[in-house]
Amino acid sequence: MCLAQPARVIEFQGDDIALVDLGGVRKRISIALVPEVQIGEYVIVHVGYAIGTLDVEEAEATLKLFAELAT
Amino acid sequence: MKYVDEFRDGALARNIAASIASEAEPRRQYRFMEFCGGHTHALARYGVADLLPPNVRMIHGPGCPVCVLPIGRIDMGLRLALDAGAILCTYGDVMRVPASDGLSLMRAKARGADIRIVYSPLDALQLAADHPGREVVFLAIGFETTTPPTALAIQQAAREGLKNFSVLCCHVLTPAAITHVLEAPDASQYGSVEIDGFVGPAHVSIVIGSGPYEGFAEKYRKPVVIAGFEPLDIMQAILMLVRQVNDGRAEVENEFTRAVNREGNLRAQEVTAQVLEMRSTFEWRGLGEVPMSALKIRPEYARFDAERRFDVKYRSVADHKQCECGAILRGVKKPTDCKLFGTVCTPDNPMGSCMVSSEGSCAAHYSYGRFRDIPVVRRDVAAHGVEPL
Amino acid sequence: MDTSKRHYTRPLDVKHGCIDMNHGAGGRLSAQLVEEIFARAFDNEFLNQGNDGALLPVPVGQRLVMATDAHVISPLFFPGGDIGCLSVHGTINDVAMLGATPLYLSASFILEEGLSLADLKRVVTSMARAARDAGVPIVTGDTKVVERGKGDGVFISTTGLGVVPEGRVIGGAGARPGDAVLLSGTIGEHGVAVLSKRASLEFETTIESDTAALHTLVAGMLVAASEGAIHVLRDPTRGGLATTLNEIAGQSGVGMMLRESAIPILPQVDAACELLGLDPLYIANEGKLVAIVAPEAAHAVLAAMHAHPLGRAAACIGYVTDDTNRFVQMDTRVGGRRVVDWLSGEALPRIC
Repeated sequence: MCLAQPARVIEFQGDDIALVDLGGVRKRISIALVPEVQIGEYVIVHVGYAIGTLDVEEAEATLKLFAELAT
Repeated sequence: MKYVDEFRDGALARNIAASIASEAEPRRQYRFMEFCGGHTHALARYGVADLLPPNVRMIHGPGCPVCVLPIGRIDMGLRLALDAGAILCTYGDVMRVPASDGLSLMRAKARGADIRIVYSPLDALQLAADHPGREVVFLAIGFETTTPPTALAIQQAAREGLKNFSVLCCHVLTPAAITHVLEAPDASQYGSVEIDGFVGPAHVSIVIGSGPYEGFAEKYRKPVVIAGFEPLDIMQAILMLVRQVNDGRAEVENEFTRAVNREGNLRAQEVTAQVLEMRSTFEWRGLGEVPMSALKIRPEYARFDAERRFDVKYRSVADHKQCECGAILRGVKKPTDCKLFGTVCTPDNPMGSCMVSSEGSCAAHYSYGRFRDIPVVRRDVAAHGVEPL
Repeated sequence: MDTSKRHYTRPLDVKHGCIDMNHGAGGRLSAQLVEEIFARAFDNEFLNQGNDGALLPVPVGQRLVMATDAHVISPLFFPGGDIGCLSVHGTINDVAMLGATPLYLSASFILEEGLSLADLKRVVTSMARAARDAGVPIVTGDTKVVERGKGDGVFISTTGLGVVPEGRVIGGAGARPGDAVLLSGTIGEHGVAVLSKRASLEFETTIESDTAALHTLVAGMLVAASEGAIHVLRDPTRGGLATTLNEIAGQSGVGMMLRESAIPILPQVDAACELLGLDPLYIANEGKLVAIVAPEAAHAVLAAMHAHPLGRAAACIGYVTDDTNRFVQMDTRVGGRRVVDWLSGEALPRIC
């Protein structure tokens, strides 16, 4: 329901604001809901706020699951 | 886009489709409800139905916060903009929703109401800071994904001592809606549909976690698989649901492991609880009054509550008599079962909630799938060796 | 303007001055505005005749094409362009989409009281450059001034005249089942570039408007194809590619089948649309064209497009079908099928 995208954290800009990158487009968003996020990590962005982080290992694992052959 | 494009891969989609086809028992019907409007939109936009075997059918649920926003709430926003002269900030989704007196936010704007589309509550805060002499009201809609940003915005307004900012809070809750669909007190009016399992919302679950769905799985004996937002995620979740049905299991499984865990985002839940509290009841367009299904602003933050700040009261307004949205939202009827669909009710002139937002059942079907209803007389003429690459 | 009087007039203060109601009164100041800002920039033999209309030679043995466009874009200046060059490119393209060679342009301006002369000069300079680069002079024009609040800085209306050979019929009703649908390049750049400058939607991007004059690209395509092989030409501006294809399908009484994976799009445009919840198929382009051509000509026309700077990313994105319902359908990247419908109202950013 809620449009949200994974974006990479590029830079902290103070006051709970970070610059993130999605496919080459950069946006300033709030990271108040993910205070422990690090530069280089991915966050899920919705209405200008990061609402969670993306676990890249799980992402790779999920893609492998998709590739499992039909029985 | 990293971690987006890979989840839209055609070859992998064919692979999952093959698995679903081979594992769905041919003599069995599988009916799964995807609750989340974003999933409805993705299914339609990518034509995922074409990849499912005919005995696996998706039923679209009431998970579109724009669709379920009652007319009366938009009327309140309109009165604030037109009569109180406030700057009304809204997400783009709400602009075309038809309200009373033939108005919508877009039409009110044409009549001089100061209505601004914002991408984030942060933009509304900025407008309030930039225009200290004007009242700025933020129309806050959405499920649990969109709620923490609103709560943070109110806290920020308090910290900054903004005197001209308030929120018209229309946030609604997912578990209550699912319960309502399953328990339908007026089931005799709408009939009931056998739903074999649920595809759980992606981003709501990031915030609330997978835990809250365990009650449904247990009480109603229905499997729930939380799915990510992309077409491959939804297909994988459908495969997992087929497996659960075949095995006779009714568990909560998580396909969206890269973003969702059992507890959810505790910080987001905490902030929400600090600023907002439960309403005892709230009217949902198409579903009627639903108890414990929506939030309002706590007394401590009353000065930021538009309902207390201004003299606007909620007044219920009924939909068109022939509108079948209620039954469609419960999955009991299809868009084409509604007499108004495609004749009176179209995306340009929506009559009810299901047509209002692009992820409502009727809107999605009209925009992406109505070609399936109409026998298409076609002769495909092969291009002279210029196949699209 | 009489040059002998010139040393008694004080030049316009382009650095600090603004348009006021006097500039629109029709008197000396109006004439000075026209001379110093417009005529000096556009400078050509027809405009220099100095009359209210231009005296033009009549083309022999060809037919006339006329097209007109109004431009009300806000902001006036955006990454990759401005309202000035946009107004030149837009009308040149409308003429070119009929398979015609554009020859002349007219331009009328509605200026808002308070518009800075610096901004006006910037717009006009851009127009002059665009016209010169395209080889299509602005031969006549008009200026009016409206009160503050009644215009958005400046509105520009351009009309273009061109010529097309006898017998060439390129138009929206010409698509035939089996025709190839060609697209000259990546979609969505103009719309995204303009949106990136709107308040409350700000994001950082290097995306620039693709605004460009397409007449030389069209000329190259016409040379490569045999006469009559190019059935339809249209530039997908407001409403985007989807709207244009639906228009053509409706006019020609046909359907279309597209392949999503064949439609070229820059990664940043894809990302920006994703962020805002917009579908790139509905976003405006100002330097792209759709060509619907007979299947046997598709290879040659595509090659001609690739050979031109504005057509490097050209692709065949689908073909025309025989469909009484006139649906534009698409095979999605995931392998399903969907309808690519008309745009419903304005494309608005969404959260859901």
